[in-house]
Amino acid sequence: MGLSHGGSPLFIREGEPNMKKKTENHKLGGNGLLTASPFLIPSLIGFAIFYFAPMVISIFISLTDWNGLDRLFAEGFVQQHFIGLGNYRDILKSPEFWKVLKNTFTYIILYIPLMLIVSISVAGLLSQKRRGVGAFRVIYYIPVLTSWVAASLIWKSILAPQYGAMNNILALFGIEGPGWLLDEKWAMPAIVLVSVWKDMGFFGLILLSGMVGINRSYYEAAEIDGAGAWTRFTRITLPLLTPSIFYVLIVSLINSFQLFPQIMIMTDGGPNGATQVMVERIYKYGFRYFKMGYASAFSWILFVIILIFTAVQMRGQKRWVNYDT
Amino acid sequence: MTHKRRLSTTAYYVIGILIAVISLIPFAWMISTSLKARGALMSIPIEWIPQEPTVAAYEKVLTKFPFLKTVANSLFISVTYTVINLISASMAAFAFAKVRFPKADLLLKVFLATMMIPTQVTIIPLFVVMNKLGLINTYGSVLLPSIFRPFAVFLLVQQMRTIPNDYLDAASIDGASTFTVYRKVALPLCAPTLATLSITTFMESWNDYLWPLLMLTDKSKMTLPIALSTLNGAYATEYNVLMAGSLISMVPIILIYIFAQKYFENGMMAGGIKG
Repeated sequence: MGLSHGGSPLFIREGEPNMKKKTENHKLGGNGLLTASPFLIPSLIGFAIFYFAPMVISIFISLTDWNGLDRLFAEGFVQQHFIGLGNYRDILKSPEFWKVLKNTFTYIILYIPLMLIVSISVAGLLSQKRRGVGAFRVIYYIPVLTSWVAASLIWKSILAPQYGAMNNILALFGIEGPGWLLDEKWAMPAIVLVSVWKDMGFFGLILLSGMVGINRSYYEAAEIDGAGAWTRFTRITLPLLTPSIFYVLIVSLINSFQLFPQIMIMTDGGPNGATQVMVERIYKYGFRYFKMGYASAFSWILFVIILIFTAVQMRGQKRWVNYDT
Repeated sequence: MTHKRRLSTTAYYVIGILIAVISLIPFAWMISTSLKARGALMSIPIEWIPQEPTVAAYEKVLTKFPFLKTVANSLFISVTYTVINLISASMAAFAFAKVRFPKADLLLKVFLATMMIPTQVTIIPLFVVMNKLGLINTYGSVLLPSIFRPFAVFLLVQQMRTIPNDYLDAASIDGASTFTVYRKVALPLCAPTLATLSITTFMESWNDYLWPLLMLTDKSKMTLPIALSTLNGAYATEYNVLMAGSLISMVPIILIYIFAQKYFENGMMAGGIKG
């Protein structure tokens, strides 16, 4: 050690809070700040220019009817464009907003259970120490590597009603497939299928890392007691996997509110608005219809919805997430 | 017992291969379609394997679009984005984890709180900011925001906190400046986290769509996803061209994956948030 009993004069001990106690301030004077600031400057500049300022400006824009053309902070801008909470009121009153919410929930209700079942199967499969598991791992990961734009183009081609692979494969079994992306009823389910295909390897590997962490001795004890594979799965694996499942739920739910490239490429919000979702609306109001104020208000409503859903899940987790591995 | 084991081995292979087939069929379709002539796209019954394969679609993609330039753009942007981010984030993390300064915990909390804000909330004002800075249609517009990514700071602070202080003290007693301590002691000890982060950051930038779509409208500056989406606009029904473009766009990332598979998987488990 060799240094004074107070530990390092400059560097913090492990586990010690950074400057929690008031007295420590005096020990160092302004020195610590001088040492720290060169390291912090890049991040601080980035935070100020690319996060803090835009957030403040975003709140301001959301209270105006700015069209993106008039100079934002020109004289008289406020008198001319300030409309208070008008945008928020208009959005909440518009049938379109509720349709967008309904579309998003349709997606969530179909996607989350399907994705969970498939990715738990993927994880269970990859947790086996058997021949071929390495190859499976690589193969399942290829859709994850593919960009959403490429994946969307591939699936748009597959789902083409007449000449696409999907309906022609279904025809081999005597099934007449629907119009998929061109059919109001089937467009969102089709997007869900593509998303599950794209995400199963990703969430599968996250759940796998949770499965690998489960103590082997539980399984050995269960086997001695004569528990079958299914019982072991439902009584040991699933309960002990709940922290990973919870994490996957939070991430996938946040992602579900932010669908964008797949919508833009595969349906562009159609047919007849059946796949219009929040980010697609924000993008179009902002950069196609130039209703910047409306789009900004929309994005804050999106933020609040995500916040509420995350908070509800965080509170609900005590009831079903099991943290004693 | 042996009977049961055999059964579950069968189940393992049946399910495993089924999911593998589902994962790969779309790519087989992509390759098959990309090798078709335009007329063969609409033959009934459809040709699962093109009867007269041709590379015409690839030629079209490469002549109508500076695709190799686009690959170069994507590589340049993703690598630079990652490097800027790692430098800036590791410096901040070093300050937060290892230097005493007032209000450090509060500042870190503020930084981390920004992780909750979806990027869509800031795109419109960020567009305004970029416009003011004259950066629209320059690489800077997509590169500069990498200077602050709270998630990277968060991961690196956690890693840096585990570095024993005796290492840092030893170096500074030998007369090394704080920057040398950061550069020569702290950074090398964070190598695993840095490797993991560089993969997630690279992937995020490589596949990013919304922001480059707004910023890079000039054909010669576009990244792969953006170039692909303009192909979608131009050749909406020429699926052979779209599939050829998709395939070309996948080659670089697959090659990178083959060489760095371990880091991809580590990165994903640490990250969880995707582009």
